[in-house]
Amino acid sequence: MKPFHLKVSLLTGLALIGAAAVYAANPSAAPAPGAEPASATDKVARGKYLVTIAGCNDCHTPLKMGPNGPEPDMSRMLSGHPESLKMPPAPKLPEGPWLMTAAATNTAWAGPWGVSFTANLTPDKETGLGQWTLRNFKDTIRSGRHHGRGRLILPPMPIPMYKHMMDEDLEAVFSYLQSIPALSNRVPEPLPPPVSSQ
Amino acid sequence: MFSAVALIAVGAKSGAHHRKFRESPNPTKKESSVGGVTIIPPHYRNRPAPVSPKSFTVRLAAAITFALVMPCGELDCLAAQASISPLPQRLSETGLFVEGSTTEIRPGLLAFSPQYPLWSDGAIKRRWIYLPPGSFIDASQPNAWEFPRGTRLWKEFSLGRRVETRFIERLSDGSWRFAAYEWNEAGSEAVLASSEVGASVQLSHTPERRYAIPSESDCRACHEGAAVPVLGFSALQLSPDRDLLAPHAEPRVAGQADLRALVAQGWLRNLPQKILENPPRIAAASPAERAALGYMHGNCGHCHGKPGDSGASVPVGVLLAQDVTDPESADKVLRTLIGASSRFRLSSADDAKQIVAPGESHMSMLPLRMRSRDTRVQMPPLGTQISDTEALALIERWIDHDLQPARNSQP
Repeated sequence: MKPFHLKVSLLTGLALIGAAAVYAANPSAAPAPGAEPASATDKVARGKYLVTIAGCNDCHTPLKMGPNGPEPDMSRMLSGHPESLKMPPAPKLPEGPWLMTAAATNTAWAGPWGVSFTANLTPDKETGLGQWTLRNFKDTIRSGRHHGRGRLILPPMPIPMYKHMMDEDLEAVFSYLQSIPALSNRVPEPLPPPVSSQ
Repeated sequence: MFSAVALIAVGAKSGAHHRKFRESPNPTKKESSVGGVTIIPPHYRNRPAPVSPKSFTVRLAAAITFALVMPCGELDCLAAQASISPLPQRLSETGLFVEGSTTEIRPGLLAFSPQYPLWSDGAIKRRWIYLPPGSFIDASQPNAWEFPRGTRLWKEFSLGRRVETRFIERLSDGSWRFAAYEWNEAGSEAVLASSEVGASVQLSHTPERRYAIPSESDCRACHEGAAVPVLGFSALQLSPDRDLLAPHAEPRVAGQADLRALVAQGWLRNLPQKILENPPRIAAASPAERAALGYMHGNCGHCHGKPGDSGASVPVGVLLAQDVTDPESADKVLRTLIGASSRFRLSSADDAKQIVAPGESHMSMLPLRMRSRDTRVQMPPLGTQISDTEALALIERWIDHDLQPARNSQP
């Protein structure tokens, strides 16, 4: 191979490696001109990826006891705190750095704010997000308010972090949540803190 | 290079914007009054904003260059970039008062009073609107008026003294911005409150609680639920057929706007003639029902609107906003209330399960949530710390005495 051709080949190779590295680092970057726009399937897949790695299942899918300890019960995927699980009063913690308690399902949390129950994120029309618009979903995450306009969303929902998600990521997450099986599960309303701590 | 071109365009237009606002309206022009409404003389309102030939040339050249190199490809993009300056730090710099005053309202602004005012813990309120010269509100869609870019609105809240004045402005890119200005104790000036964290003020008039000034996010939570974020300046709210039973209704005084005067003076155009001839009035079965539905329209309808209007209405199947174009509007609202199952449930076993249970206000979720000030339960969810006893009495009277169990839509 002549030196000139060798240089061209090396440069081309480096450019391809560089392009691959850029794509790997930012797979959601805008497609090149002329490329097909992301399909709805792509958006749902992207949403599934985001929901998985952002930890949504950690609290919105009830845990069940498995052979190696608690594991997500995927038959109730993202359906929130089970309606059938009536929680007794939260244990009173002594003064000190221990602040919160959680149900074995990881779907009910007690702390100074009272008791919060994780929401049903499935597209069930009566008890989940089935009647929500994309705007409702984005407003909720951005504002930290229920439905985007109501009461404040309570801990441990990481609104302070999630509110920084980009629009296209929120759209992808919502598309995925609308695509999963609808599960009827009416999650209880949050409870106030004990009178002594109000 | 692109940035440099953009900066030229921004600077040229921005200067023009500031000049335009300072020059209008002309306080030396005499005002007149028609139908009790203070107006700007038509020969002034229809006059284009003054633009010097030099500044026009610079702006045109910059606009063409900007449009060629910027990706948006629309001259609106230029306007969007150009005339959005930071919010003034002082209320007196927003154009509400004559220069040098914080009490004398600038001539050309229009005072108004909605017939179904929002409950704000008993605060006394005054409201004004400003439209740029030569502009008007397009009422082609009677439930969603199109306000011209440059529209400004102010609402002053007083509890013993002036506490805050809220400010809404439609920007040149069509978006809206929201701010609150907090008055000092002397009442001599109001300064821009934090947009991030709502401030709270201890007032001698209400020592039992601290007055909460909304953050920008709080403003948007209510105002952006509706199709148009101007909530109290609408066909129903400014109807001359005012509801005398409306809780906290302020008597209309000379100089305040209503639909007919707005149309007569050119502030409002394209309002369907039939609405002008038959001013909006809630078609209710009784005076109490009319006032109850009106109260819910004014206090709840911006979040509980038609799902398709903004996509931002809360998705709970409760419609409380009235539609002035639909003769069946009141019935449609009632169908989502009377006998309707409440999605919200309290934890107690004997809680209310219907939103409105005819004849049984104590078993109805609507007054229960209006009365509560537990932040997890209360309705409206923000903007008040004490419940509205006058409105509660009206709602309970309507449920207990006007509604019969036969009207229950459920078997």
